[in-house]
Amino acid sequence: MIELKDLTKTFQTDDGEVHAVSDVNLTVNKGEVFGIVGFSGAGKSTLVRMLNGLETPTSGEVIINGTRIDNLGGTQLREKRRKIGMIFQHFNLLWSRTVLQNIMFPLELTNLTKNEREKKAQHLAELVGLGDRMHAYPSQLSGGQKQRVGIARALANDPDILISDEATSALDPQTTDEVLELLEDINKKLKLTIVIITHEMHVIRRLADTVAVMEDGKVIEKGSVAEVFTHPKEDLTKRFVNAEIDPTQTVDIREITKDLLQKYPDGLLVKLAFHGDQVQQPVVSEVIRKFPNLQLSILEGAIHQVADKATTIGSLYIQLLGPKDDIEKCLQFLQELRVETVVIQDEQ
Amino acid sequence: MNNSTGFASYFQFKNVNWPNLEAAAWETIWMTVVAVVIVAIFGLLLGLLLFETRNSNSPLIKALNWIVSAFVNIFRSIPFIILIVLLLNFTQILVGSITGPKAAIPSLVFSAAPFYARLVEIAFREVDAGVIEAATAMGATRWQIIYKVLIPESLPALISGITVTAISLIGYTAMAGAIGAGGLGQLAYTDGFQSYNNAITLAATVAIVIIVMIFQLIGDRAVKHVDKR
Repeated sequence: MIELKDLTKTFQTDDGEVHAVSDVNLTVNKGEVFGIVGFSGAGKSTLVRMLNGLETPTSGEVIINGTRIDNLGGTQLREKRRKIGMIFQHFNLLWSRTVLQNIMFPLELTNLTKNEREKKAQHLAELVGLGDRMHAYPSQLSGGQKQRVGIARALANDPDILISDEATSALDPQTTDEVLELLEDINKKLKLTIVIITHEMHVIRRLADTVAVMEDGKVIEKGSVAEVFTHPKEDLTKRFVNAEIDPTQTVDIREITKDLLQKYPDGLLVKLAFHGDQVQQPVVSEVIRKFPNLQLSILEGAIHQVADKATTIGSLYIQLLGPKDDIEKCLQFLQELRVETVVIQDEQ
Repeated sequence: MNNSTGFASYFQFKNVNWPNLEAAAWETIWMTVVAVVIVAIFGLLLGLLLFETRNSNSPLIKALNWIVSAFVNIFRSIPFIILIVLLLNFTQILVGSITGPKAAIPSLVFSAAPFYARLVEIAFREVDAGVIEAATAMGATRWQIIYKVLIPESLPALISGITVTAISLIGYTAMAGAIGAGGLGQLAYTDGFQSYNNAITLAATVAIVIIVMIFQLIGDRAVKHVDKR
């Protein structure tokens, strides 16, 4: 569907050359939701802007549906752009137009009659849940509603690809989830290929099938979301994944584990990680039954679904107190159950 | 009633020839409206040219921007009264006369269009770059972006800009009137000042203030109507 080959974009600035994107190779399959995650300045925006020719690559190729688009210009490029919808962090609606007129904008660039345009825009407004606000102006809408208009507008010309540029970054958590749900719905209903860029791993976890992690213009890691969440390789990826699913990132739990390690130097703090069906196993009660001399206390637990609910990830923080021997055996037992264990040390 | 000095002289309204005042007021309005229409068209085109040719890498477009910019700056800095005199020959050729309301139009346009062009350019710069990017991403042509995005999204600024321009044009018509263009300016100057008839000067002033207020009111109403932000 989308193929990026050795894609590089270099900007000339007063401080010399800036390599916004360097040597990126990616393939996005038809119908999948492809997430690109990274901090701001990692080159994500520049990368997706080359997908619809808003930026031209310094070198490399952008191939969409078998056609190279990076060297197109004029009418041919505009033709391709109509089949690539795009939504933005700040919505970028025209304040001078109503909801319906905003959705009609892309349709006015084609040769549909006024009647057809109106019909289609009304249908789209209903699709995104704004059937009753069609004649409102953007200034009268909430952030979530504005983004819904943005989505309807992006879908107007029946695109093959939808690009989402930090589309939920300006929204509160609840509205973010609503918008993500809408995108998920659209991906399923319309079999649309979606490319999302974000700095929030939450968005990737909720929506994406495949993820690429970007740092300094390079893709440092890519893979299925389930794979990357369960086995992140690069440090940055681990940071992103942990920030999303690991409660040790909070200051509270760090303080508490520090306290406990000082108070009970013989005890052991362990993080248990569960994947898939493991989350449903009665691991804790089995441990208690098998090692009656051990005291087990639960500090914190969390459970998350990733990759469109295909995989579940759970984590549990426990403290084990008791004879050293038993603790050792207990860890072995957990490994037999194929639960991943990480012993937490003081410096963490 | 030959008392032509002192404050009382301003209020001897029986000296005012009201039909003359009315005719002069209509001349002023005519000059202003015609000039505003032409200024709006040329100002918009020049402003658009300034906006579209900014930040280009092509030396040809850079040169064009420089020329338009220089033209605008020069005509904006020439005092109006000098501009009229400077353009006398040009006016003679274009209009066939150097007196009367018609003859005032070329100099009015030459002084106000560059001014409005700058206001137009500023208005276009204020348009959210993200919205322009969105339109580009949808496959809009440059021309479609101009008339579907730039102009509608900057309309309140374009209208308040033309209002400000119209009001300074009213002032210019009075100046042009002093050297024979007709209108309230000429009435106040020749029938009022030069004929020691202060009441006419006052009546003409009041008429001009009313015209200014009407233009401002229309402008404000129009801005309020189109601004949906």
